[in-house]
Amino acid sequence: MTLDAGHGLHLYREMLRIRRFEERCVELYSAGAIRGFLHLYIGEEAVATGVMQALTPDDAIVATYREHGHALARGVAPEALMAEMFGKAEGCSRGRGGSMHLFDASTRFYGGNAIVGGGLPVAAGLALADAMQDRPRVTACFFGEGAVAEGEFHETMNLAALWRLPVLFCCENNLYAMGTALDRSESETDLALKAASYEMPAWPVDGMDVIAVEDAARRAAGAVRAGEGPHFLEFRTYRYRAHSMYDPELYRDKAEVERWKERDPLAVFAARLREAEMLDDDLLARLEGEVAAEIDAAVAFGEAGTLEPVEDLTRFVLAGERS
Amino acid sequence: MIATTSATVKTTYRDAMRAALRDALERDDRVFLMGEDVGRYGGCFAVSKGLLEEFGPERVRDTPLSEAGFVGAGIGAALGGLRPIVEIMTVNFSLLALDQILNNAATLLHMSGGQFNVPLVIRMTTGAGRQLAAQHSHSLEGMYAHIPGIKVVAPATLEDARGMLWTALEDPNPVLVFEHGTLYNLEGEIDVNAGPVDIDHAAVRHPGEHVTLVTYGGSLGKCLAAADSLAHDDISAEVLDLRVLRPLDADAVLASVAHTHRAVVVEEGWRSGGLAAEVSARIMEGAFWDLDAPVARVCAAEVPIPYARHLEEAALPQVPAIVAAAREVVGAGG
Repeated sequence: MTLDAGHGLHLYREMLRIRRFEERCVELYSAGAIRGFLHLYIGEEAVATGVMQALTPDDAIVATYREHGHALARGVAPEALMAEMFGKAEGCSRGRGGSMHLFDASTRFYGGNAIVGGGLPVAAGLALADAMQDRPRVTACFFGEGAVAEGEFHETMNLAALWRLPVLFCCENNLYAMGTALDRSESETDLALKAASYEMPAWPVDGMDVIAVEDAARRAAGAVRAGEGPHFLEFRTYRYRAHSMYDPELYRDKAEVERWKERDPLAVFAARLREAEMLDDDLLARLEGEVAAEIDAAVAFGEAGTLEPVEDLTRFVLAGERS
Repeated sequence: MIATTSATVKTTYRDAMRAALRDALERDDRVFLMGEDVGRYGGCFAVSKGLLEEFGPERVRDTPLSEAGFVGAGIGAALGGLRPIVEIMTVNFSLLALDQILNNAATLLHMSGGQFNVPLVIRMTTGAGRQLAAQHSHSLEGMYAHIPGIKVVAPATLEDARGMLWTALEDPNPVLVFEHGTLYNLEGEIDVNAGPVDIDHAAVRHPGEHVTLVTYGGSLGKCLAAADSLAHDDISAEVLDLRVLRPLDADAVLASVAHTHRAVVVEEGWRSGGLAAEVSARIMEGAFWDLDAPVARVCAAEVPIPYARHLEEAALPQVPAIVAAAREVVGAGG
């Protein structure tokens, strides 16, 4: 894939937005402004950013509780995301979801699922609806490698392959299911091989390289859209931060984290852009400034947001009238 | 009032349910049925027999033995604009899909701040009485009725078997339909024009003066038999069929109790923490001063339902126990 400057900078900016957004979330969390769980995607930005390039506005996304990056890369408004972090009525889930349950109908972003593996069957169903209504759409389903141990993963892989459903399975293998390393939880650690056993094209991708991710996602999504059935991509990636803000990280070596940081998706890609003379210090500073301004605006929006009236507590439990 | 001479036809609960499925599939292209053996086998209880031939494998869709997978797929398909009817063979198997039902179907609307509703119907058999032992006989609808975000209905009559499905499909929310396994062979006459019925209200199935028997589903017939028996002793029992277990039609319960001043709640679920406990609490909260006697309950014994016929019968609410409880609350015990 040849890279033009505009697209290269777009990819870099998207990754930068995710990283800076989450860094700001950490500050806000530490200050007590946002609460609950906060699962950070820092280190994994290339995956969501790259995959989203292969999707159209009509496609659907099902993500996990580590989904800030996916929502941002999909185009969910950062103001609505930040307001959700603050638990405000202007949040993308009106303060009912929080960090783990970001939803946005306008971008077909179906959450935000905090049950490991729980989103996979839903993704298959969204794809089934598309298949039965002859819509050439793709449902991109993100999940961590921890989900591979869940029954719902296997049930969905089987169903999707059996019915040739248009699902793009995006496994984000960051090597740890909370604190449990892959080789401590799986008898077969080659996840693409596992997926291939369901008669589904599957291959591993360098999840630290946004270009490799985009390239693989375009190939796979194109095939899915063309009616070739579900595809599985295993993105090999790494989260630098703890599982959540409560995690003391006793299960991994600090040196391992540092080694992965040498392959940082932003730093490596920035170097590549510089080498191609698409990025320099001035441009980088400008990008940083623009992203900071965007996040400042999102934080201001979230802070200024209103609280949902307590009288509305039980709204959205049942939907309105029968059709 | 002009007398209508509406014709009736003989049918069974199974056939009425099948007619409802056929009607739904004919009326709305978005409707499809999926589940284990609903197609080629004709349905575990023969409810969907013949529908595969009529509507084809896309819309009468056999699934793998994969409850979490296909219930979740039903949720996704509902989000994607279809109107799925998902059949689960028995309520015990539905536990394999409980994550999808509780964590997704029931919560998505709220978690998304009102953006994503799930117009899904899930049908399943429930209940004991067929010597199927502990993993095919439980009555867990009360457990589902505990969950905000879903509706729970229990058709106990031919009219409700025929009519609840379409209304459930029109509902923008997930609706769970519990079909008691002993009802499929229930026979009777039904209006030839029988169609959709409400899924909001309880129904008085037998009017009475002295005591209200509150029940639903597979226990309705037993309560009607108990009412007949009580009539021989000049005890007039009102039989109230809840029909809808969530949201409960508490107004109907309270209205009946205000009239009879006594209540016996009858269900096949376990007594502890069950639906009968909920109904009893509602009566205490809303009709305490109307009561002439404490509310009584006739529930399943606190035991996994056993296989042997005599043990299974002993574990379930039976007519003599319902009669005895009613006599007790009207002060005619002994």
